[in-house]
Parts: sequence; structure tokens; C-alpha cells
Amino acid sequence: MIWIDTIIQGVLLGGLYALFAAGLSLVFGIMRLVNLAHGDLIVFAAYLILLLVSLLGLSPFLAAIIAAPIMFCVGWALQRHVLNRVLGPDILPPLLVTFGLSVVLQNALLEVFSADSQRLPAGEIATASVQMGGLNLGVLPLLTFASAILVIVGLNQLFYRTELGRAFRATSDDAVTAGLMGIRPDRIFATATAIAMLVVTLAAIYLGMRANFDPNIGPARLIYAFEAVIIGGLGSLWGTLVGGIIIGVAQTVGAAINPEWQILAGHLAFLLVLLIKPRGLFPRAVD
Amino acid sequence: MTILSLKNVSKSFGALTVTEDVSFDVVQGQALGIIGPNGAGKSTLFNLITGNLTSDAGSIHFDGADVTRVPPMQRCLSGIGRSFQIPQPFDHLTVFENLLVAATHGQSKSEHEVEEDCARILEQTELLDVANNTAGGLRLLQRKRLELARAMATNPKLLLLDEIAGGLTAAECTALINTIKGLHSSGVTIIWIEHVLHALTSVVERLLVLDFGKVIGLGDPDEIMNSREVKEIYLGIEV
Repeated sequence: MIWIDTIIQGVLLGGLYALFAAGLSLVFGIMRLVNLAHGDLIVFAAYLILLLVSLLGLSPFLAAIIAAPIMFCVGWALQRHVLNRVLGPDILPPLLVTFGLSVVLQNALLEVFSADSQRLPAGEIATASVQMGGLNLGVLPLLTFASAILVIVGLNQLFYRTELGRAFRATSDDAVTAGLMGIRPDRIFATATAIAMLVVTLAAIYLGMRANFDPNIGPARLIYAFEAVIIGGLGSLWGTLVGGIIIGVAQTVGAAINPEWQILAGHLAFLLVLLIKPRGLFPRAVD
Repeated sequence: MTILSLKNVSKSFGALTVTEDVSFDVVQGQALGIIGPNGAGKSTLFNLITGNLTSDAGSIHFDGADVTRVPPMQRCLSGIGRSFQIPQPFDHLTVFENLLVAATHGQSKSEHEVEEDCARILEQTELLDVANNTAGGLRLLQRKRLELARAMATNPKLLLLDEIAGGLTAAECTALINTIKGLHSSGVTIIWIEHVLHALTSVVERLLVLDFGKVIGLGDPDEIMNSREVKEIYLGIEV
């Protein structure tokens, strides 16, 4: 029984990692942009929510509803005015710029909010749990997992059922030809990053409510997100969820064997998948 | 009515002149063929018309407006559609989605408004059977048809076809010619660059011959094909 519990806790933890990774996967899938500041943007969103919570006395969920449009605009402006300028056949400039952005964000947050670790007030749901078949499941982990599923279903609907989604995929296939058809790739990219920032805001709620955060934890979260995206196969959103779950389960199982092994077990699972399937579990047919 | 008019258009890349003092008019509803040896500047001429290249001198008028300095996207919106020599469909989208994307963005309309048009074009170009297949898995003839269909989906007043018959078998070529004839008879103005001459001459009413970027013949296809200059330069026959 304890093993089943461990694995289910791992699956639920995977939901959190999938949320960290979904925005990264979305942006990479559309414009082949690896955003090294993704983790720091999640932390930035968490501080924005914290600020709204402490200034307006709102619950974190309400504060996130206000933070979401702000993050949407941040994403749009960031892509339109900074990242679009460095996108091109060379992969290095966007890596350098997002790495620089990561450093800037960390230091700006440090300056404004200090290095003290913070937490979003979750209230009762922080400790609430439900009984399911003899297992005690935390409400917050369940909510996180449900949010991850919702985000991925939502993004898939957006991709495959809407006009905007088709423009995303067409631009992803061939930005030059898409331009000749009347699509504006710069705007498409800006919209994609803006939507990714909505997912980032959602990830930030759970990041902030489930554990302490400080200005420097972004890169560590980025590593989990990267691993989830790569295990799943670049550009596949359901793959990203599976990747998150694999890391989550590996971590909880590792921790159950020996608490020191938690983080290591996750990374080992990642390396193992790479050894067996170097292109990830669900790679796109042609890239 | 003249829909496209080029006046003294020239283009050079460094010391290499690829288009030299080219002038011609295309009347609405007409089909004009363009032939010439490799490197004669045929595709460059298309790029000048679509705006992918800007001319160094001369002017291009389309549908009553001067488009010489207008960027490609605006020219697409104003009604210049183009198929590429090498088909470039969006491989991960279905055939129908390829048309939807071209139709919505090429005309600034909603998907709902263009769905029926897209279905009709799929029927005209005989792609209905594969409408829901992803474009990446299509055979060459189907890819060429999709290229044609996608250009049609932008609802062009003028359709530019760039060597669309190349690489097809004789039977496939005939099938494609019939499709193009169908489009032409529905009133679309066509300019068609082609090396497969029998395909070209079975559709077009006028033929333009380019050599080293210059127009060396323009007129009735039969007369052009039989002229001494064309035979010498283009077909390499000693007369």
C-alpha cells in the first residue's frame, strides 16, 4: 500500500512539473526558442501574486486572476520587443539573451524582495485532504494535477481546433511561407509567449502555495521543466505531462528508498529515458 | 482591362543583370506563359511581381494601383497568389487546414466565411479524398495540387504558377493541366512559367520568351514557338 501511495504522490507531483514545463514546451514548439529565463519568470509571477495578496488582501487564486493579464502583456512585450529580434537560424543569440534575462530577473527580485524565502498563503487547502480507496490525497496536489490536465487539454484544443492554433502550427512549420500567406510571424510569436505566460502564472500559484520560494530558485525549476519536455519529446504537450509524471514518480520513489535520493532519482530517470529513446517518448514525426 | 502591367522593370544582383528593361501587360482573364532557358530570370520576374524582390528601376501596376514598392503580404492581400517551384505546404497541417490558413490570412476573413470556398477548391483540384491527411505525407502530384489549391485559396485575381508540371509523369501532367484549364475557364488570370512546353501551350493564349533577363518574344504561342530567334536561343536548334 505504501508503494501505491508513493507512486500516486509522484504522479500528482508530476502535474506540478508539467505545469512548469507546458509554457516552455509551447514556446519551443512554435518558434524553436529555448527560454532559459522560464523558471525565473515563474518565480517573478509568484512574487507578483504575493505582492497582490499582501497589498489587496486577496486569496492567491484571486490575485492570480489579476496577475494573469499583467503576465500576458509582459510575455507579449518581451517577445515582440526583445526575443523576436534575436530569433533566427543561429540558436545562440536567443540562449544568451534569455540567460541574461534570467540573471537580470533574479537580481531585480533580490533587490526588491530580498533573499528571504516567501510563501503564498494557501489557507485551509494547504493541509486539506480527501480519502480515496484507503489513500489520503492532498487537495492541493490534486488541484495542481487537475490544472495541468486542464492546461494541456486547453492548449491542445487551441492548437488543433482554432484559427489561431492553425496559424501557430503553420508558422511553426514554415514562418517564411506563412508570411507570404498574410500571417505576421512576429505577432504570432508574441501571442504564443503571452499565452505561455498565462500558464506560467498558473504554475506560479502552485509553486508559491506548495513550497517556499526565493529569488534564486528559478533555474532549479527550469531543470525539471526541461527534463519533462525532453522526456516527452520536443513539441508534444501530452508528452510533457508524461515527462513530468516520470520525474515526479522517480523522485518520490527515490525519496521513499532514501530521502537523499529524491532529486538524484529524478535526474537518473531522465538520463535513462534519453539512453533508450534519445528523441523522447513522443517525438513529432519530422522535425 | 489590364490587370498587371510591367514598365521597363530592371533588377541586378551586383554586376549581374537578371531582369533588363522588361515591359508587358496582362489582360484580365488571360493566361500568359513564360519560357526561357535556365537562368533567364523567370523566377526573378515572379519574385518582382510578388514583391519578394524589389526592382531597381521601372514600375509594376496591379489592378490599377502602383505596387512597385508594396511589400509581399499587401500584394497577397490585394490579389496576387503564387505557387512555388518546389511545393512548400505546411507539413504538419492537414490539406484542408493548409487551405484554411491561406484563405483566412490571405483575405483577412474568418474561418467560417471561407470554409465553403476551401471545400470547393479542394473539389476543383481533386484533393477532397485527402482533405484530412497531413500534407507531409502527400505524393508529388498531390503536393503540386495542394500548392495550386493553396494559392487559389487566397482568392487571387492573378495566379502565378512556377514550374508546377515539372517532375510529373505524363498521365499526372495531363491531370494537372485539366485542373489548371478548369481554373482558367472559371475566370482566373494566370501567368505560368513552365519547361513542359506542351502543358503550357495547351493552356495559355500568349507566350513570353525571356533570355538573359530580356524579353525576346511576346505573342501568339504558335508564332512564338516557330520564330527563328526562339528556336535558336531557347530550343538550341540551328536554323
